Amino acid sequence: MDMSIHTPPGAGAPHDQGSGTRPAPEGGTPPQQDGAPAPRRTVTHLGDRVFRGLSRGSGITLLVIMAAIAVFLTYRAVGVLAINEGNFLTSFQWNANANPPDFGIAVLVYGTIISSVIAMVIAVPIAVGIALFISHYAPRRLATPLAYVIDLLAAVPSIVYGLWGALVLVPHLGGLYEWFDDFFGWTGVLSYQGGAARSLFTVGILLAIMILPIVTNVSREVFLQVPKMHEEAALALGATRWEVIRMSVLPFGRSGIISASMLGLGRALGETMAVATVLSPSFTIIVSLLDPGGGTFAQNIASKFSEASEQGRDALIASGLVLFVITLLVNGGARAIIARRKEYSGANA
Amino acid sequence: MAKRIDVSGLTAYYGTHKAIEDISMTVEPRSVTAFIGPSGCGKSTYLRTLNRMHEVTPGGRVEGKVMLDDEDLYGSSVDPVAVRRTIGMVFQRPNPFPTMSIYDNVAAGLRLNGKTKKADLSDVVEKSLRGANLWNEVKDRLNKPGSGLSGGQQQRLCIARAIAVEPQVLLMDEPCSALDPISTLAIEDLIGELKERFTIVIVTHNMQQAARVSDRTAFFNLEGVGRPGKLVEMDETERIFSNPSVQDTEDYISGRFG
Amino acid sequence: MSHATTTPAAGGPAPGATPRLSSARLPRWTPWVVALGSVAAGCAAGLAAGLSSKVQWGLIAGLLFVVANFALTARVQGRRQARDRLATSLVWASFVLALIPLLSLLWVTVERGLKVLDGYFLSHSMGVIADAETGGGIYHAIVGTLEQVGLATLMAVPIGLLTAVYLVEYGTGKLAKAVTFFVDVMTGIPSIVAGLFIFSFWIMILGFQPSGFAGALALAILMMPVVVRSTEEMLKLVPNELREASLALGVPKWRTILKVVLPTSVGGITTGVMLAVARVAGETAPVLLLVWGNPLINMNPFEQGQSSLPLYVYQQYAAGQSASIDRAWAAALVLIAFVMVLNLAARGVARWKAPKTGR
Repeated sequence: MDMSIHTPPGAGAPHDQGSGTRPAPEGGTPPQQDGAPAPRRTVTHLGDRVFRGLSRGSGITLLVIMAAIAVFLTYRAVGVLAINEGNFLTSFQWNANANPPDFGIAVLVYGTIISSVIAMVIAVPIAVGIALFISHYAPRRLATPLAYVIDLLAAVPSIVYGLWGALVLVPHLGGLYEWFDDFFGWTGVLSYQGGAARSLFTVGILLAIMILPIVTNVSREVFLQVPKMHEEAALALGATRWEVIRMSVLPFGRSGIISASMLGLGRALGETMAVATVLSPSFTIIVSLLDPGGGTFAQNIASKFSEASEQGRDALIASGLVLFVITLLVNGGARAIIARRKEYSGANA
Repeated sequence: MAKRIDVSGLTAYYGTHKAIEDISMTVEPRSVTAFIGPSGCGKSTYLRTLNRMHEVTPGGRVEGKVMLDDEDLYGSSVDPVAVRRTIGMVFQRPNPFPTMSIYDNVAAGLRLNGKTKKADLSDVVEKSLRGANLWNEVKDRLNKPGSGLSGGQQQRLCIARAIAVEPQVLLMDEPCSALDPISTLAIEDLIGELKERFTIVIVTHNMQQAARVSDRTAFFNLEGVGRPGKLVEMDETERIFSNPSVQDTEDYISGRFG
Repeated sequence: MSHATTTPAAGGPAPGATPRLSSARLPRWTPWVVALGSVAAGCAAGLAAGLSSKVQWGLIAGLLFVVANFALTARVQGRRQARDRLATSLVWASFVLALIPLLSLLWVTVERGLKVLDGYFLSHSMGVIADAETGGGIYHAIVGTLEQVGLATLMAVPIGLLTAVYLVEYGTGKLAKAVTFFVDVMTGIPSIVAGLFIFSFWIMILGFQPSGFAGALALAILMMPVVVRSTEEMLKLVPNELREASLALGVPKWRTILKVVLPTSVGGITTGVMLAVARVAGETAPVLLLVWGNPLINMNPFEQGQSSLPLYVYQQYAAGQSASIDRAWAAALVLIAFVMVLNLAARGVARWKAPKTGR
């Protein structure tokens, strides 16, 4: 049974209705002469209608899936939220299997946002740097293979990053954290008590490394699309290489950098396995970013799911719904930014 | 603000391909010099060697000397950035910075050179736009993006941007080839005015244009596909178009090839 | 019109009416020397202060490199050049800093993965081997990955392809806008959310048991937007003249799409599909929620739990024994190799089928 994906009924209905209400404004079908006897004409007409209906139906299927995700997650979440003893948004507890349940997402919101923000702060400037390196600085013989390697790295599965992070990165960060503690420990935020560096900050670093390739790739592609003539305009005014980049490349690529960053942010927010392997979770908010503890939405779902009762799973689904909404907002926001900047893209200049 | 250019023995390469070979010429200050010749004869490449834009192309390199008055552009202590600031360039297709307003486009070069005082900038912007015969058309919309102008206006905006930094020489690479006849006329008139202040070198495919705007004309040719382009002759424009000393020039001008 | 406002030629070292072109310049080898010096200084500082972690050494060296380059250029060549040099150093430094962890990842995976990777490992399942025991293999996981990803591809590719056709060839009006928007949004759905959705719908509400197919459903959701996006890009590259030429010959639109548009872009579409496959092949979270794993070989994706490569890596890591961690690395190596081969093949197809115009 493959109801959810193929959805042939969904594909059938809209195609009838579609070709009925909208007589192919694209000019694809030749003008219909009603009652024209030529049989081929009716055949092509049918072919066009079927094909158009199928493709339209697929588009609608996608919308249906999106709606279904929201509906089913909400449906499961509402039931358990109704009997939740704690405040869903502010409670620091996760006793979802208890009767009555008592759980809240405050810790997860904090952990998810903090780790993603750390990742973005580290990754985006570096990624833009690498993208510029490949597009404008590296010797050409180096640039092509480099782009290739980065492309491949973007495809490395997150579980492998997780494995590497837990077994290689974590042991290397202890020294760095002690250093932070020496210089900035007084802030409290960067104090470190020693022990395994399985903290939100480590998660942030690992997420940064993970999203680096994808942010780099998207930015680099945009940088390479900057028309030669815009760069030459700056050069001919006597601009240094950096000034060329600032005047021509970065303005042209700004929306690209934003969408690349949002893509990266989306990945960081929803990353599950890398966080689950590296973080040593606790259901508390710890002031220090360097000490172990905390949790993220995705990590919490993955690590609590197998031991959860049905009610506990509903609670996890409720937290997943929140994650879904957050990523929805992030991606939607990115789209809006890009759309607003489109008039300045210069593609048709 | 105009200088003489003396080129001697200039050869330019793209990687291993020799694009132009052994060119020597003198470009007089405060005059218009036109480069003509069939496609692929290297006149645009040659133009780009005059402000070191050629080396921006991957694999581009140059041998020979280009003297701007008494300084060799390719001297070891010369900064190409300073060269391009001194020798401005206008390109085939108008290329205003798409993300900048008309005002910012003209001010871009000045800002690079550290001039940021608002009053100064506004003065120079107005002066340059007037110099490019564009002021009256855009004075009410200086904050609109430059890409919203017509093609001819964009090209004049690019000229305004180039002359705003007061270069010694202005290089123009087929500046009218993407424009309609009326815009072309406007630019040609403008060139006539600008030569009072600048040394102008213009590459053109249009022989009538060369005849109309230039004082001296250089004819480039190549012996065959894949061979480097060479300077055939250079003389007063009138002489080139009436009584050239080389047969190839006459053939080209009379439309027998090219 | 005179050039009355004499420019003081700021930025140039020699102010005056006629700025000189030449100026003091640092020799070309300066950055290399500075780089060497910084690395040496970084190591020295690390040794002297007894800093345990090489991360610190690297950071010190990087910082020194950037600062020294800037200061030197600012002294000799002036502020504009110094800023240019600063940007160059930062770009180089960010590149080197970023490459180190990425190369380390590949290196460690290969080095540690090869320890137990052999024919036996590839052709056997875990059977009843305990976590601390050596032996066992990933055959069952490979089977699971192939079946789940295969099923997901079968579901996602037709829908994704047709949606892209709709967006490029037919899409006008509100519906197309909505689809475009939600495809973008869908690209960002976390894999665990896709897993939760299928779990709530397929398992909790429809009452099916966890199986490879349930995992495939979630993977298909993750694949679809990727396929739509890449196909859409490719279809947009097909020049309109080609479509018009075909339509002008009286060929109906759907045949134009099938016979002209799609064949023209088949290389790019294949590449996109393969990259999408590579992406979902590495997904762990949905498999964890929906397939549950199975140490034994289960060829039937519709009944009972299955394993998959990423899930296997996670479970072996989580077991925490030295033998199981060896297995985790080896499986990770196989997984990376699988994904890389797919990627390389995809690029091969793209190059092989690319339209003849270069960039």
